[in-house]
Amino acid sequence: MPEQLLFGAEVFLNGLMAGVMYALVALGFVLIFKASGIFNFAQGVMALFAAMTFVGIQDGQVPFAHLINAIFGTKIHHFGWELHSLAAIFLTSLVMICMAWAVQRFIFQYLVGQEPIILFMATIGLAYFLEGVADLMWGAEIKTLDVCLTDNTCLPQGINQLIDAKTYDWFGYGFFIDNLDISATLVAMLLVTVLIVFSQYTKQGRAMRAVADDHQAALSVGISLNYIWILVWSVAGFVALVAGIMWGAKSGVQFSLSLIALKALPVLMLGGFTSIPGAIVGGLVIGVGEKLFEFLVGPMIGGATENWFAYVLALLFLVFRPQGLFGEKIIERV
Amino acid sequence: MFYREAGDFKTSYVSDSQTFPIAFDRYCYFVTLFIGVVVLPFVVNDYIVSAILAPFFIYSIAAIGLNILTGYCGQVSLGTGGFMAVGAYSCYKLMTGFPEVSILLHVVMAGAITAIVGAIFGLPSLRIKGFYLAVATLAAQFFLVWLFNKVSWFYNYSASGQISAPERTVLSIPVTGPNVEPWAMYLICFAFAFISAVLARNLTRGSLGRTWMAIRDMDIAAEIIGVNPLRAKLTAFAVSSFFIGVSGALFFAVYLGAAEAGDSFGIQKSFIVLFMIIIGGLGSIFGSFAGAALLVVLPVFLKLLGVDLMGWPTDLVAHIQLVIVGFLIILFLVLEPHGLAQLWRLGKEKLRLWPFPH
Repeated sequence: MPEQLLFGAEVFLNGLMAGVMYALVALGFVLIFKASGIFNFAQGVMALFAAMTFVGIQDGQVPFAHLINAIFGTKIHHFGWELHSLAAIFLTSLVMICMAWAVQRFIFQYLVGQEPIILFMATIGLAYFLEGVADLMWGAEIKTLDVCLTDNTCLPQGINQLIDAKTYDWFGYGFFIDNLDISATLVAMLLVTVLIVFSQYTKQGRAMRAVADDHQAALSVGISLNYIWILVWSVAGFVALVAGIMWGAKSGVQFSLSLIALKALPVLMLGGFTSIPGAIVGGLVIGVGEKLFEFLVGPMIGGATENWFAYVLALLFLVFRPQGLFGEKIIERV
Repeated sequence: MFYREAGDFKTSYVSDSQTFPIAFDRYCYFVTLFIGVVVLPFVVNDYIVSAILAPFFIYSIAAIGLNILTGYCGQVSLGTGGFMAVGAYSCYKLMTGFPEVSILLHVVMAGAITAIVGAIFGLPSLRIKGFYLAVATLAAQFFLVWLFNKVSWFYNYSASGQISAPERTVLSIPVTGPNVEPWAMYLICFAFAFISAVLARNLTRGSLGRTWMAIRDMDIAAEIIGVNPLRAKLTAFAVSSFFIGVSGALFFAVYLGAAEAGDSFGIQKSFIVLFMIIIGGLGSIFGSFAGAALLVVLPVFLKLLGVDLMGWPTDLVAHIQLVIVGFLIILFLVLEPHGLAQLWRLGKEKLRLWPFPH
């Protein structure tokens, strides 16, 4: 069945691309978990928050317009300007840095030394809080997100004609690959390279790795934990911004974005919580796995298996290897 | 002055180990029960029952269930919504399959079926711990909801994919279906919540509860002193799921009347119940009630204040509610990790010493 095989190959490629998107969200989790031991459930909502802020700033929306209108009876909604995408990205990054500072200053500073599970639940609270704030600031309606460098060079959308034509020439069947997925892959590769260079070759990056390795030793050689944690949350905020822009451009900025980001959790479990390569490999495995499963088995059992396949795969995998593919071995002492 | 043990002599082990050792607490408890059983059924109206009392009791049962698993046994679960769906759908299948059997039995049987499902999904907890397990329970949540949406046997092949409760009676008074009187709905929820609380309280202070707490405090140490982790964890999952299943069955059959797995038992349910026990207090039966009360009353209160009084749009108030709930969670974890129950305990301790604290 060469035709089925070709379909399968197309599904496989699309799965790889979807996996990159999952890996983008998972990266932020790994960064924070390595440096502070906090399992940041709010990473998905941070991506949503970042994407909404990006759209809001770009379109010149008035923050909290809804609330202000309700209290004062005014009818404001837009400042009436449109910002360049790069400027909006820059401003959103500043917002994410402020958020990182606030999170550290008002929440986790008071929770140092608490059990990991308490920290985890605090991040669930943070997720609710951020989601509410994002909705209050920018309104909950679905928004479209466009990133444009100039007026007519935007982030490409839709089917890639070149791949379609080439594969049609080779196999007699054109592959459907979304342009956006290709750019997401490129952006993800760039992001990972930047992160690796940052953590390997800069002073702050070295300090970050030192903190990740051993808090107390890092503290004793004069690294400020507080500063590093704010830095890590900022970097995670920036990763969330990139993920948010990519997901937002793909499927619109809306609440379900934070649910898609839940998919990053099984990715992490598969790859291990402490490993950046693990996040990427895990993302690819989950992406390919769920697309292929839906393609091969889905029609037999009613479809929409993508909702749960990732979780069940991770669950089964964990039973055999509790620390994930690349995670550090879990050693327990009494 | 009267909140003392002084003068209240215990002459047997039974009276020494009772739940409320202080006489004043005991009287309060009986007065509350009296009001709940004799007074409230005559004064409640439809709005109070359907907006506050019925969801409060049903969520309390779910919170007690999750508290047994998370608060007493230390296993965080995000699958509560899925297990509530199991309770609801098995109750529906039993109600339609065996119409001659009492609905009370159906609800209990639904709990038992959920207990079995919960124990199966609890199996991985023997290998994985902490937030790995929390994420693994998401598998239960998403898989179960998907199953109830896709397999039409579960909703008796109805065209809408919904399940709706037929009319069933207790002592020839309808308790499910469209003709339920508010007081009947109130009483059945109250009865189940009361029995659940008594059961849970006695389970958690017995030997089973002590093995759960040993596992929670340090599982390896517990294993060394002879606690069987397989038994402890699986019983925790089963008992917890039993209560959650009962609450899911009541939520569907008595409260909602008609339900659809994705809408009524989605991931949001899991979070709400988890928040109830965080705010109320992990490892406390009273805390389950307190947290459920707070999170049931808060939206009603905000809606009254925001929509009816200030005239704000509904979605704005919903967003403010998200912010407040998130803020409360963080506030409680920072200031009082043991929740409302600990505040209550501290208050009682103060009261015991008052007015001579030294």
